[in-house]
Amino acid sequence: MINSLDPRIAREKINEDNNIAPLTEMDQFETYEVFHQKKRGDQHVHAGIVHAPNAEMALLFAKEQYGRRGLSVNIWVVKTNNVFASDYDDADIFETVPEKQYREAGGYKVMDKINKYKKENKV
Amino acid sequence: MYGNAYIDPNEKANAMIAGEDPIKLAEFEARIARGEKIEPKDWMPKEYRKQLIRMIEQHGHSEIIGALPEGTWITRAPGFKRKLALMAKVQDEVGHAQLLYSAAETLGKSREDMINDLITGKSKYSNVFNYPAYTWADACIIAWLIDAGAIINQVANAKGSYGPYCRALDRICTEESFHLKYGHDNVVTLATGTPTQRKMVQEALTRWWPPIMHFFGPSDKISSHTEILMRWKVKMASNDDMRQQFLNMYVPKIWDLGLELPDANLKKVEDTNSKLGVKWEYTEPDWDEFKRVINGGGPCNAERLAVRRMAEEKGRWVRAALLRKDEKYVTPLA
Repeated sequence: MINSLDPRIAREKINEDNNIAPLTEMDQFETYEVFHQKKRGDQHVHAGIVHAPNAEMALLFAKEQYGRRGLSVNIWVVKTNNVFASDYDDADIFETVPEKQYREAGGYKVMDKINKYKKENKV
Repeated sequence: MYGNAYIDPNEKANAMIAGEDPIKLAEFEARIARGEKIEPKDWMPKEYRKQLIRMIEQHGHSEIIGALPEGTWITRAPGFKRKLALMAKVQDEVGHAQLLYSAAETLGKSREDMINDLITGKSKYSNVFNYPAYTWADACIIAWLIDAGAIINQVANAKGSYGPYCRALDRICTEESFHLKYGHDNVVTLATGTPTQRKMVQEALTRWWPPIMHFFGPSDKISSHTEILMRWKVKMASNDDMRQQFLNMYVPKIWDLGLELPDANLKKVEDTNSKLGVKWEYTEPDWDEFKRVINGGGPCNAERLAVRRMAEEKGRWVRAALLRKDEKYVTPLA
């Protein structure tokens, strides 16, 4: 018998060798990926995961786990199973050639042209 | 590059990388050397995965078990405000365990397996939690000094190479700073209180000093094994360096309160070779006692595990009732 200093535990009269059957697969449920929005106007960003038996409980656990210090105004949960992710091994799909100035704001230098025009035409 | 290097599997350090693809290993090490993080689905050496699972899992268990000696004092904390604060702290610790288990899970060990290894005694947890919190002052010393030690360890590990562990630790460290302030406030209240309160906190400090000195573990053996773990940014600081950092930050704060530490040899000396510029000398902790306790011989080992088993057993029917047959487990993403 466990003779604990903690009165709550002493009252339980637990045996030291209270061996239990091991937890089986799915005892801790599947996982949900949690996305939270820190304040209105922000994007939702991934915060981590929770284990839960259903979406409603996943929301509840997500609020406790990731939103208990006023860090969220809104939370989404998505079953991990339902997320399709790209593979880090395929990181080369994001590679690009350096000559893509045409899709950057910095690729358009109108002031040069304007100044040249002003100078030449004395505007 | 490790391109064509011959790896002798009979050598201990080389056993860590035996059988690994040398090109992938070189890319992996280069990524870490560039300061990039490793993510769950990345290629990684088997030994990297194994060591990280062991480390993160133990860290998670420590949070769960650490909630027990402190949780003991929730109902008896002096005053409503301290009850609320201690409840919040204990809730944080259990939350930390969840974050850490999630990080370990991304490496392929299920939470069920981790819990099974905890309750059968196969996995370890921080040795300090095998000691009881005799009085309220013990709970205050734990909240201040054990959490201070944990922060030093966690801040170091947060700069490690495994992405999910670093992200969990960043969050954990933010919450730990509340624990540290809360613990310090409680210790200061007792130390500046009545003679009875002072006596109580001094006795708790004397009791907890040996476990605190054990907290960071024995001096690291200088081995090529350790060297690889440091290169892989699994181990971020030596046990002795962390202990020195702890002593340098907290011994002066303890002495400030006029409290005494049960080590006549404890003193600060100049040391131009160390990063801190000083070195703390102390009596070598009793490592036989440390080993005895970590192997089950401490005052609370049996109780801690028996309580965890009871909790798992009592909650089992609720979880079974909630489980739906169509659920399917996949490893979380990050």
